[in-house]
Amino acid sequence: MRHQPVQDLSALPDHAYGPRMTTWWGTLAFCAVEGMGFAMVIGAYLYLAFINPQWPLSAPAPGLLWSGLFTLVLLASVWPNHLAGKSGKRQDLPKVRLYLVIMSVIGVVLLVIRYFEFFSLHVRWDQNGYGSVVWLLLGLHTLHVLTDLGDTIVLTVLMFTRHGHGKRFSDVGDNAFYWNFVVLTWLPIYAILYWVPRM
Amino acid sequence: MRVRPFLIVPIALALSGCTGWQSALDPHGPHADALSRLFWIFLAILGTIWTATILMLLLALRRRRAPDADPLMTRPGTERRMTIVVSCAVALTVMTVMSLAVVSYGAQRVLFAHRDGPLTLLVTGQQFWWKVQYEDASPARTFTTANEIHIPVGEKVLIKLEAGDVIHSFWVPSLNGKMDAIPGRQNEIEIQADRPGIYRGQCAEFCGWQHAHMGLIIVAESRQDFERWRDGQIAAARAPDDPEAQKGMEVFMTKPCIMCHEIRGTSAGGKVAPDLTHVGSRQYIGAGTLPTTRGNIAAWIIDPQRIKPGVHMPLIQLAPEEIQPLAIYLESLK
Amino acid sequence: MSDLAAGKDELRDTDLSDAELSARLAKTWGTARGIIGALSTVDHKIIGRRYIFTAIFFLFLGGLAAIVMRLQLARPENQLIGPDLYNQIFTMHGTTMMFLFGVPIGEAFAVYLVPLMVGTRNIAFPRLNAYSYYVYLAGGLMVWFAFMLNTGPDAGWFSYVPLSGPENAPGKRVDFWAQMITFTEVSGLAVAVQVIVTVFKQRAPGMTLDRIPLFVWAELINAFIIVFSLPAVVTASAMLMMDRLVGTHFFNPAEGGDALLYQHLFWFFGHPEVYIIFIPATGWVSAIVVTFSRRQAFGYLPLVLSMISVGFLSFGLWVHHMFTTGLPQLGASFFTASSMLIAIPNGIQIFCWIATLWDGRPVFRTPLLFVIGFFFIFVLGGLSGIMLASVPLDTQVHDTYFVVAHFHYVLIGGNVFPLLGAVYYWFPKFTGRMMSERLGKWNFWLAFVGFNLAFFPMHITGLMGMPRRVYTYQPEMGWSTYNLLSTIGALVLFVSFVVFLYNMIASARRGPLAGDNPWDAGTLEWATASPPPPQNFNRIPFVINREPLWAEREKLPVATGLAVEKRELVVTTISEARADLRESSPEPSIWPLLAAIATTIAFVGSIFTPWAVVWGGLLVAFTLVGWFWPKNNKEDEA
Repeated sequence: MRHQPVQDLSALPDHAYGPRMTTWWGTLAFCAVEGMGFAMVIGAYLYLAFINPQWPLSAPAPGLLWSGLFTLVLLASVWPNHLAGKSGKRQDLPKVRLYLVIMSVIGVVLLVIRYFEFFSLHVRWDQNGYGSVVWLLLGLHTLHVLTDLGDTIVLTVLMFTRHGHGKRFSDVGDNAFYWNFVVLTWLPIYAILYWVPRM
Repeated sequence: MRVRPFLIVPIALALSGCTGWQSALDPHGPHADALSRLFWIFLAILGTIWTATILMLLLALRRRRAPDADPLMTRPGTERRMTIVVSCAVALTVMTVMSLAVVSYGAQRVLFAHRDGPLTLLVTGQQFWWKVQYEDASPARTFTTANEIHIPVGEKVLIKLEAGDVIHSFWVPSLNGKMDAIPGRQNEIEIQADRPGIYRGQCAEFCGWQHAHMGLIIVAESRQDFERWRDGQIAAARAPDDPEAQKGMEVFMTKPCIMCHEIRGTSAGGKVAPDLTHVGSRQYIGAGTLPTTRGNIAAWIIDPQRIKPGVHMPLIQLAPEEIQPLAIYLESLK
Repeated sequence: MSDLAAGKDELRDTDLSDAELSARLAKTWGTARGIIGALSTVDHKIIGRRYIFTAIFFLFLGGLAAIVMRLQLARPENQLIGPDLYNQIFTMHGTTMMFLFGVPIGEAFAVYLVPLMVGTRNIAFPRLNAYSYYVYLAGGLMVWFAFMLNTGPDAGWFSYVPLSGPENAPGKRVDFWAQMITFTEVSGLAVAVQVIVTVFKQRAPGMTLDRIPLFVWAELINAFIIVFSLPAVVTASAMLMMDRLVGTHFFNPAEGGDALLYQHLFWFFGHPEVYIIFIPATGWVSAIVVTFSRRQAFGYLPLVLSMISVGFLSFGLWVHHMFTTGLPQLGASFFTASSMLIAIPNGIQIFCWIATLWDGRPVFRTPLLFVIGFFFIFVLGGLSGIMLASVPLDTQVHDTYFVVAHFHYVLIGGNVFPLLGAVYYWFPKFTGRMMSERLGKWNFWLAFVGFNLAFFPMHITGLMGMPRRVYTYQPEMGWSTYNLLSTIGALVLFVSFVVFLYNMIASARRGPLAGDNPWDAGTLEWATASPPPPQNFNRIPFVINREPLWAEREKLPVATGLAVEKRELVVTTISEARADLRESSPEPSIWPLLAAIATTIAFVGSIFTPWAVVWGGLLVAFTLVGWFWPKNNKEDEA
C-alpha cells in the first residue's frame, strides 16, 4: 500500500514531564497493582478482626512511640519530596541532587525507625493469626519503603555522574510520585495497625 | 419434522439420569423435591433461550443478501430495525434474569426456613469417613457411629456439620443439596425423607487421596424401626458366645486396633477411627467402599491400603490364623 | 543534548525512498543474530510469538493430563493410576490450564497484536516484556519439573486450606504450586501494565477512543481486570507459603486464623479469572465476525460498554463459588443477583455479533467456523452458569461433574474455540503463510463433535451425583456409560488438536504465501507485510476510521518525521490520540534475562529457605540496576 503523508511529527519534543510520558503511566499502573495488594491484606486484617471476638488476640495493642515517630518523619518527607519533583521539572541539577540526597537519608532513617517499630508490636508473626497479619501488613509496607529507597539511591548516583540530563529529570518526577504513594498507603495502614486494636 | 436419531440418544440418556440412589433428580424428600422442581423450571426457560439464540444465528448465516457491498456502508433502515430487535432481546434477557432470581430466592427461603427437627445429629467429616453422633437431652441416650445414618421417615432431621482435619462436604442428593464441613466452624443442614429407603451420599469437597471413597448411606425407616435401631445402637457391644468370635475379640484387644477404634463395653477405647461397637449392623465398611461381609472384613484387615490407598488405617501384622476369627468377631457386632 | 537530538541534521523517514527506509528501519529495530541476540531481543513480535508458542505448548501438556484422567475414569474402579498420581494430574491440569495457558494466551496475543493494531513500533516497556516472558516460562517449567520428580502439587488448582496447609500437605508439593502462582502473576501483571500503557499512550495519531479496534478494547479491559484481581491470589498464595514455611497462622482456626479467608481471597481473583480467559476471546470473536461478515461491527459502543461492565461485574461474583460454605443467606442472595446480572452484558455481546452476521455477507472460512462453534458451546455454558448462580440449585450441582461440564463449555467454548479461530485468522500475519482450509475443516468438526461428546454427558453424571475430583467410582453408581462416552469424546477432541498441530507445522513450511492482507480485513495489522518487519510500519499510520483499511483502499495516510537511525515512536494523548512526543524506545538488552534468572533463583530458593527472599532479593536488585543503568547509546541519552 502506498503512503500518503498527512502529518509531520518532526517538530515534536523527544521528552516531557509527568503524564505525557509512558513511564509515568507505568508507575501509576504499578501503584494500582500494589495498592490492590495492600487492600487485600487490609481486607484480611479486618476480616480476621471481625471473626475473632477478641482483638487483638492475646497481645496488648502495638506501641505508639516508634510508629508515631515513623509517621511524623514520613509525613515530613512529603515536603522535600515535592521539592525534588519540582526541581526535576525545572531541570535544576544542583537542587535535584540536594533533595535526592535528603530523600535518601530520610529513607535510611525511616528504615531504622521501622526496625524498632517491629519490636514494639508485642507479638510475633508465628504466635497467632493476629501476629501473622500484623507482620505481613507492616512487612509489605517496609518492602515498599525499601524498594523506593533503592530506586532513589540509584537515581541520586545517576544525577552525580554524567547521566543527569534529559529524560532522567522525568524519572525524578516519577520517583517523587511513587514516594507519595508510599506515604499515602501508610496512613490507612497506620490507622488499622495502631488504632483499630484500641477501639 | 424428521426424526433425528442422534437427538434421541442424548435425550434417552438424559432421562435415565433421573433415577439412581445418588441422583439429584430422583428426589425423596421435600428439600430435594423443591430443588429438582427448580432445576426443571430453569432448564425449560434456559433451554428455550438457547434454542432461540441458535435459531437466530442460523437464520443470520443462511440469509441471502446482495453481494459485494462496501463493508463500511450501512443502511439506516436496517440499522434501526436491528437496533429494535437487539434492544428487545436485551429487555427480554433482563426480565428473564430477574424472574429467575426471584424464583431462586423463593426456593431458597423455603429450603433454609426453620430448623426445629426433634432429632439432631452431629456429623464430623474425617479423612475419609463420617463420624456420626446422635444427640439427646439425656446423655445416656447419645451414641456414636460411623458412615450410616438412620432417620425416621417424614420427620425433619437437623444435621450439624464439623470437620476434623480438612474441609469435607455432606451431600445426599436425593434428600437435599450439599453443605460444607469446615474446620473451626459448625454448619447446619436439614434433611427429611418422605419414603422409606436407602439413600447414598458422598463427600463433595476434595479432601485428599480417598475423596472418591468417602460415602455414607442414609436409611430412612418407620418410627418404630428407627427406635428399635437406636436402642440397639445405644447398647454396648455384647460379648460373643461363639468360640471363634471370642478368639477374634482377644486378637482385637491385644493388637494395636484398640489404639484407634472404640468398641463400647470392652477395653477398646480409641477415638480417632470409626466406632466399631455395632459395625456388623452397618451395610458397608470403609465408608461405603465394600458391603459388610466376613470376606470383605478380612480383606480389609489384611491390606486396607490395597482396597483404599491412602486411608489412615495402617497395615497391622497379623498371623494368618488370626484373621478369620477377627473377621467373625467384627461381623458379629450387630 | 536534547536540543541536539531534535536537530535537523538527523536522518528522518521523509528523506528516503520506501525501500531504503524499510531496510534502514529494519536495521535500527532489528534483533541481533546469534543466541545472545535472541535472548536480548525486545521485539514484541518475537516475544509475542514465543509467548503464544509457550502457552499453546502448555495447553497441550494440560490436555495430555486430561487424557490420562479420562482414561482412568473410563471404567469404574479402574486401576490405571492410583489416587496419588491422579490428584497430582488433576491439579496439574487445572493449574496449567488456568495459570499457564488461560491467562497467558490472552496476553500473548496482546503482546503480538496490540502494538500492530494501534499502529506503533513496539510495546511500552519492551524490556519488561522480555522479562515477563522469561519469568512465565521459568514458572511453568518449574512446576512441571517438580511434577516429573513426583513433587507435583496435589491439592487442586485452588489449593484450599487446610488440605494444602502445613499439617495436611507435608513435603514441598504445595510450595511449588504457590510459587508457580507468584511467577505467573508477576509476569501477568507486568504484561497488563504494558498493554494498558501501550493502548493509552502509543496509539497511532488519529486513533481516538471510538476508533480503537474491538480486539484492542478487549485486551485493554482484560489488562485492567488483571491489575485488580491478580494481587488477591498473590496475597492468598503468599499467606499459604508463610503458613507452611515460617509458621504464621493466617488460615489456622485454632490460632485465630480462618480457612474461609483463603477462599475469599482466592475467589476474589478466581472469578475475574474466568473473564480474564474470556474477555480476550471476545476480542478474537469480534475481529473474526467483522472481517468475515464483511461488515463493520453492529453496536460498537454497546459492545465496548458491555465488555467494560463485564469487567466491573466480575469482581462482584466471587462468593458464588462459596454458596455451600454456610454463609449468611442474605449475602448469598446478593451474589445470586449479581451473578445473574452478568448475563445481561454477555447477552448484549452475543446479540450484537449475531446482528453483525445478519446484515453482513458471511464468508465461511475456518476462523468463522470456530466462531460459530463458539456460539453453540459458549451460550450453552453461559446458560448453565445461570443455574449455578442460584443458591439453592448450586447446593445440588456445586463440586459435581455438572460444574465440570459447565465451565468447560464456558472456557473451551469461550476461549479455546475462538483461540483456534484466531490462530487460523492471524497465522498468515505471524508467518506469512496460510493454513490449510481442508485440515481446518477437519480440525473444526473433530473438535466440535469431540468436545460435545466429552462434556455434554458430564451434565448428567453430575446430576446423578458424581462429585468432581474423584479418582474413581463404583460400578453400582450407574455413571459408567456416561464416563465412557466422555472419555471417547476427549480422545476425539485430542485428535482434533493433533490435526491442528500438524496443520500449523505443515503450513508454516509449505502453506501458500499470504500477502499483506489475505482476508481483506480492515484493521492496521494488515497494513504491513506478513510477517511484519522489525519496525512494524515504515511510517506511522494516521487513523481516520475504525476500519482504516476499508476506509482508504488506495493510499494509507501516514504521519512522518520520525528518526530512522534510532528507535523512536510516537506518544499520543490519551483520548484524542493527538501526536505529542517522539519518545525513544529501549534497545535490546540481556539484563531482563539475567533479572528473570535472579528472580527464579529467589523464588525457587524461597521454597527451601525463607532467607532466599533476602539474598535472592539482593540478586534481583543487582540485575535491575544493571537493567536500568544508562549505556550511553542514542536511546538512553535522549
